[in-house]
Amino acid sequence: MNQVGLRMYPSKPSKVYFYATCLLDVLDPNGGLAAIELLEREGIEVIWVEKQSCCGQPAYTSGYQDQAKTVALSQMALFPNNYPVVVMSGSCAGMMFKHYADLFAASEHAEKAQAFSQRVFEFSEFLARVCRANLTDTGEASSVVLHTSCSGRREMGIHTSSEALLAQLDNVELKQAAYDTECCGFGGSFALRHAEISQAMVEDKASHLKLSGADYLVSADWGCLANINGHLAYRGEASMFKGQHLASFLLKRTKPASEAKA
Amino acid sequence: MSVQHYQASQFKRQASESLADQQLRQNFRGAMDYLQKKRKDAFSDEDELAQLRLHAENIRQRCLSKLPQLLEQLEQNCQANGIQVHWAEDTRQAQQLIADLIQQAGGKKVVKGKSMVTEEIELNHHLESLGIECVESDMGEYIVQLAEETPSHIIMPAIHKNKQQVADLFLEHIKDFNYTLSVDKLIQTGREALRNKFKQADVGISGVNFAVAETGTLCLVENEGNGRMTTTVPPLHIAVTGIEKVVEHLSDVPPLFSILTRSATGQHITTYFNMISGPRRSPERDGPQQVHLVLLDNGRSQAYADDVLRKTLQCIRCGACMNHCPVYTRVGGHAYGTTYPGPIGKIISPHLQGLEQTSDLVTASSLCGACEEVCPVNIPIPSLLQRLRHDAKMPAESGISSLKGQASAASFSEHNAWRFWAWLSTHPKIYHLATRMVLTLARYIPLPMGAWTRCRSKPELASQSFHQQMKQRANKGASL
Repeated sequence: MNQVGLRMYPSKPSKVYFYATCLLDVLDPNGGLAAIELLEREGIEVIWVEKQSCCGQPAYTSGYQDQAKTVALSQMALFPNNYPVVVMSGSCAGMMFKHYADLFAASEHAEKAQAFSQRVFEFSEFLARVCRANLTDTGEASSVVLHTSCSGRREMGIHTSSEALLAQLDNVELKQAAYDTECCGFGGSFALRHAEISQAMVEDKASHLKLSGADYLVSADWGCLANINGHLAYRGEASMFKGQHLASFLLKRTKPASEAKA
Repeated sequence: MSVQHYQASQFKRQASESLADQQLRQNFRGAMDYLQKKRKDAFSDEDELAQLRLHAENIRQRCLSKLPQLLEQLEQNCQANGIQVHWAEDTRQAQQLIADLIQQAGGKKVVKGKSMVTEEIELNHHLESLGIECVESDMGEYIVQLAEETPSHIIMPAIHKNKQQVADLFLEHIKDFNYTLSVDKLIQTGREALRNKFKQADVGISGVNFAVAETGTLCLVENEGNGRMTTTVPPLHIAVTGIEKVVEHLSDVPPLFSILTRSATGQHITTYFNMISGPRRSPERDGPQQVHLVLLDNGRSQAYADDVLRKTLQCIRCGACMNHCPVYTRVGGHAYGTTYPGPIGKIISPHLQGLEQTSDLVTASSLCGACEEVCPVNIPIPSLLQRLRHDAKMPAESGISSLKGQASAASFSEHNAWRFWAWLSTHPKIYHLATRMVLTLARYIPLPMGAWTRCRSKPELASQSFHQQMKQRANKGASL
């Protein structure tokens, strides 16, 4: 066990469950495959449970707690063994880590939800703090700017784990964007219900990220990425500077140079 | 005087207008950046900050847990000090009570210190309708009053205005004003205009930051000295506060005061801190002859009655949540159409005005959590918003009292859509079949994306889902 921030981390396990999330499933399968490769490279057997769907967050944040509970219960049941559950998004991980316990507090499922939440790790958190991965950069000199989701930052306290992984890449300069702790304006149904406010937020976010001058944009959360990339494409600026999942970036940079195609 | 009126039910339209006002957005962004930095500099040690917040939260929770007893104790000790105590259930009662006190004393001219509770009960408007002049003595409030507006921030009421706008306003309203953009000179001008009002006033009205039950003391935090003048110069002082502002011990005040000012403006202490313990006593030669305290409920007891929502009342009104809110920073305070704007406004206004009026406010958050991160008393604002979203849509769960406007935003079609979504998400075979169909169809038919595409291109969907690719991978593995 090692402690980082408020959480105690177990030593590296031999098996993990993989939680792809509903957005990555349809928007970025390659990000998921990259993450699996990085985990396997750490000597971990990755178990993918076919029946997984969504963590329940969309209903939860919209005020439909009963529906969120139904889905949350069905998801928890899919991961019965005491293996860590590695989640490909800070926001979904936050839901499973923090809000599952809230949802089932003082119910018959309280204990189960509590125990399950302790097994939930966001991908970059798991790679940096549980695997304590050592990455060797094989790519050309370039720069990157990181967007951390609000849930990753504030519900999970893991904004430093993505940074720590990127910092291991010798040839990559990590650029800082202005207002880097500010929300990108996604917020699930918020982006639709309050579309104009969401727009004002994503316009500023995209501008600040671009102004960082970085070559690449990475994030470990497809909610934010769908929002930011969608807006960059709308502006006609996505071809050069399209956000990618941290896992894709890390894999490309750390593959032996002969295999790399960044 | 007619004050420009914003309504919570018109939030979307008002927000849209604010977003289109580039000057307003610049004013707020600049001011919020400044306040964020001031706060950050005042709390240089993260661990110390965490301890201070926990301590402040514990004090507020303890005081709230004994609220009924503490209010009675406060009443007794105030009365023993010569402060007359009055109770008001709602806006109308409070307005009437205060007007009666003024009229019984023959009062015609009122000066007011900064008080959000008197904004809540629209006191200026009511007194003016009775022919009583009511002048705001806080510089920001004074500016807002001249402009016939309401405060856009609970600590800095005129934060939406820049110095040009203030100078223009003074030119219009203050006789013999020599136009200047010097902030010092502008403030001097305002102070001189107000100084005369203090001399003439026969009533002073103030808010209260902490009402101490064990001593019957009313504490008032301020920077301009106008609070001191308002509460000491006129012969009649009326203090108005929400019932949640009571604290048990005098020793509860310093930690709350310290975290309040640091969170609000980054000050370690304010220029003035008033502790009012009664009217003038013989042989004192100054101070008011009468002091009254009006305790206002106005929906607070609804929040109090619910174990979870009670946390709303922990608030000490520092404004840090709005200073750090990405929504508030962009739409400003008026768009909310509530006395208390920003994150705290979203969770307290449903109790004051009902969910029917405020259901758009509780959804107007990305739940980013910046507010909770800086709240000096650890109010879990995003969780409370989620709870209120539920209450706006659904009937109260058994054993929990209904809120005002409970389920007023209920939508049969939306509820059904989530039921269907939950069913789909728990039937993996159909879920993945549906995903596959969407990915396939999207190649041929444009997907309806609604408001998403007002500023975003349609998402680039994968040709094959992760699920499909993993299945193929598993099948390959199996056939090897």
